[in-house]
Amino acid sequence: MATQEVKAMLPGVFYRKPAPDQPNYKNEGDAVDKGDVIGLIEVMKSFHPVVCEYSGRVKAFRAENEAAIAPGDVLAEIEEG
Amino acid sequence: MSIKVKAAGLATTIQDLGREGYYHLGIPISGAMDRLALRAANLLVGNDEGAAGLEAVFLGPELEFTQDATVAVTGGELPPKIDGEVKETWTAIPVKAGQVLSFDYIRRGARAYIAVSGGIDTPPALGSRSTYAIGALGGFHGRGIQPGDELPVGADFQSKREGLSVPDRLRRQPGNPVELRVLTGLYWHRITEAAGKRFFEETWKVAPEADRMGYRFQGGTPIEFVEREQPFSAGSDPSNITDAPYPYGSIQVPGGTEPIILHRDAVSGGGFFTLGAVISADMDLIGQLQPHTETRFVEVDMQIALDARRERAKILEDIRTSLT
Repeated sequence: MATQEVKAMLPGVFYRKPAPDQPNYKNEGDAVDKGDVIGLIEVMKSFHPVVCEYSGRVKAFRAENEAAIAPGDVLAEIEEG
Repeated sequence: MSIKVKAAGLATTIQDLGREGYYHLGIPISGAMDRLALRAANLLVGNDEGAAGLEAVFLGPELEFTQDATVAVTGGELPPKIDGEVKETWTAIPVKAGQVLSFDYIRRGARAYIAVSGGIDTPPALGSRSTYAIGALGGFHGRGIQPGDELPVGADFQSKREGLSVPDRLRRQPGNPVELRVLTGLYWHRITEAAGKRFFEETWKVAPEADRMGYRFQGGTPIEFVEREQPFSAGSDPSNITDAPYPYGSIQVPGGTEPIILHRDAVSGGGFFTLGAVISADMDLIGQLQPHTETRFVEVDMQIALDARRERAKILEDIRTSLT
């Protein structure tokens, strides 16, 4: 099984949940499908979904909630399968 | 001919060099945030320097061409792809009818300029094709481009050599930390000497909210003001003044906390004090700053500002010479 990286396309602030009082979109070990939202990036006064392009299981998050991120940063690793 | 928008990117807008002459009526100057990059892109494809192109911020659009054309992508390092094949930035790229221009993720900088031979030919509004989105003026129906739009392209351009390229030394990218040169202004006396000193000593960071209206900075110590009785019509906060005009590049600090440099889509006046202005030579650079970029403000005098302006003009002249 290949491990795939979900990278940030945008700079900004990374959020793992849709709102402060909501649970995380995904946790490590959760199943993911291609097209699932796994986080948000805030930039220029708006929020942009981070869409997973792989199906499988979340192996690890590499960026923490509210982390400052740059384009190309790895946000999560997905174990395909 | 026209270009079909398949994906819009984040906030891709049509921009030329701006809409001058209406600032006193409250209509911003708009236009490319990095004007030198737009000029260079136009020169590469044989357009007038002031032709309208696309400004893409962080994320590129996906565009399908209905006729053969030449394109060039300058400014931030946003790698263009033709039918998936990566091409050079700052270089004239031939595109065939039916091919799709898309982009990889941005490697450096913040804004890329996409010029197409003939220029984007939407109807000008008040003398400019620049998009002022919150005023619904110019651009494509007053807004950023959207999937499904067909962008008209003009026919007026000179043929340029394929592969024509701007030399590396003439491509400007921000350093790290970036330095922005500042002339202090009319309201400098409103802040304490210690606050003024700290403003230039501390390292600030670009806030994620930074956009075409204003570039906001965080991370420095709040500004302390000299106490006074607020004048007639000024608000009660010490950062308030009696309403006054704001120049392009001026730095306001609402509430004394986060400096905001007013850029191309900024309002032209209001009730915040401004501690000075970024010199004209460094305004293009601001458009290339990503959120979190470490930034130092460097105090300069008028002579240095004018010398820097001449230096920038020389670089533009060198780009013109290298492309003819």
